[in-house]
Amino acid sequence: MLRYLRLLALGLRISVTVGMQYRWNFVIDGVVSILWTGLGLIPLTIAFHARPAIHGWTFATALVVVGWFSLLKGILDGAINPSLLTVVDQIRQGTLDFVLLKPADAQFLVSTARFEPWKALDGLAAIGIFVWAFRLLGRAPGALDVLGSLALLACATLVLYSIWILVIAAAFWVVRLDNLAYLFSSVFDFARWPVSVFRGVLAIVFTFVIPLGIMTTYPAEALLGTLSLRTALLSTVGALGFALISRAVWSRAIGRYTSASS
Amino acid sequence: MSARADLRRVVRAYPTLLRVGLAEAVAYRAEMLVWMLTTTMPLVSLALWSAVAETAPVGRFTQRGFAAYFLATLLVRQLTGSWLVWELNQEIRSGTLSRRLLRPIHPLITYSAQNLAAIPLRFAMTLPAAVVWLVVLEPGAFPRSPLALGAGLLAILGAWLINFFTMALIGSIAFYLESSTAIFDLWMVAFMLLSGYLVPLELFPAALRGVIHALPFRYVIAFPVEIFTGTLRGEAIVGELGIQWAYVLGAGAAAILAFRSGVKRFSAFGG
Repeated sequence: MLRYLRLLALGLRISVTVGMQYRWNFVIDGVVSILWTGLGLIPLTIAFHARPAIHGWTFATALVVVGWFSLLKGILDGAINPSLLTVVDQIRQGTLDFVLLKPADAQFLVSTARFEPWKALDGLAAIGIFVWAFRLLGRAPGALDVLGSLALLACATLVLYSIWILVIAAAFWVVRLDNLAYLFSSVFDFARWPVSVFRGVLAIVFTFVIPLGIMTTYPAEALLGTLSLRTALLSTVGALGFALISRAVWSRAIGRYTSASS
Repeated sequence: MSARADLRRVVRAYPTLLRVGLAEAVAYRAEMLVWMLTTTMPLVSLALWSAVAETAPVGRFTQRGFAAYFLATLLVRQLTGSWLVWELNQEIRSGTLSRRLLRPIHPLITYSAQNLAAIPLRFAMTLPAAVVWLVVLEPGAFPRSPLALGAGLLAILGAWLINFFTMALIGSIAFYLESSTAIFDLWMVAFMLLSGYLVPLELFPAALRGVIHALPFRYVIAFPVEIFTGTLRGEAIVGELGIQWAYVLGAGAAAILAFRSGVKRFSAFGG
């Protein structure tokens, strides 16, 4: 366990060192992320213009969901995406052999290969949005609510990571992955809206198949103090279930890996 | 080798290229299906905005209006989508582009045939949505006059060309960088927000609308959609058609130049 923590720290340190070399990325990423966060708010302002509430969500509470979305997007682009996308190349070129030969868990190694430290800026944008939302609400979040929402953030990250592992595992079967990744990011974009806005089939899909609810809506509700304990527990169980499934699929997928000439 | 002989060869080869493209589209059904699923995102937008418009219309859009808008968006996206950027990135990186370069026809032309050949299949799959939209939701909006219909088709062709050429342009950057998908992601984010794909552009704040009209994104989705839903009529169509085709020409020239100078740097291996 300690060894894995050390490996994680090492991976982080290397990524930060590499990140420091590209300081311009900091400026560019910063500007881009502020711009997109701002533009991304436009649909929300349009939706809530002259309208007090949609399915129980007001502008301020929906803003909290957007904040969680920003935060998760930062985690996805900064910590999950970069490593896992390199795996696809490694599978294609056969250089995954070098990873598999190392005396540590392969899933751990490929998941911690690369981080993009500058994406932490998305986290700052998220905090800005939270502050704005709670100013509109005219209160501060309770300490327990903050703790609860942080616990659910762990679940959200786990689900996001597991889905990505499933997408990457598909790379062992199909050669081209861009469209699967693109499909996922298109769906993920709807996580900026409270999941309870959707009805019917989409509500079921976004709760169970691609659980956007666990990713952004429930942490936001926890921060607002409106989440029931039952939903919180169920989403924890759901996140663990996703992790187990993705681990199983990954193990099967890696068993199919036949390497390529490299 | 004269330009006319070149052209004649392309015209002669194109039907065959289209047939090959169709065969490929049928062969790679799984990829096609994933792509189809991606382009159905307007249906999610539709569900979302219907919920918003449940109590009162948003701007001029009632639930029905949103339904018509997003179904039209779905159709336009299906007909004009291109994934050339991934294809180019992969073929440049793996070196398989050399096979295309050996053929006596410009690679962009073979790519375009591949892209166009898939469109009938995509259209067939979205036909139900088209029928619902035409017959049930906006029977009056569909352009009746042949002139308006012609303008609509021209706008769709223009939208596809802008898409295709920008994909080729961004894809050609992969000759210089190792991969240009990061730049493509940036384009995609801008496209989603500013093309009318997620939100009808007329709902945007007035201050932003001027900027949006000057940017290319609008001419890929919102412009053809607005012709087919009947929001844009008469002279406005002609003016915007001019801007759209200016973008087509600009993007086309940029793509061809970028591809040409990129190929010079290209040193294939494997294949």
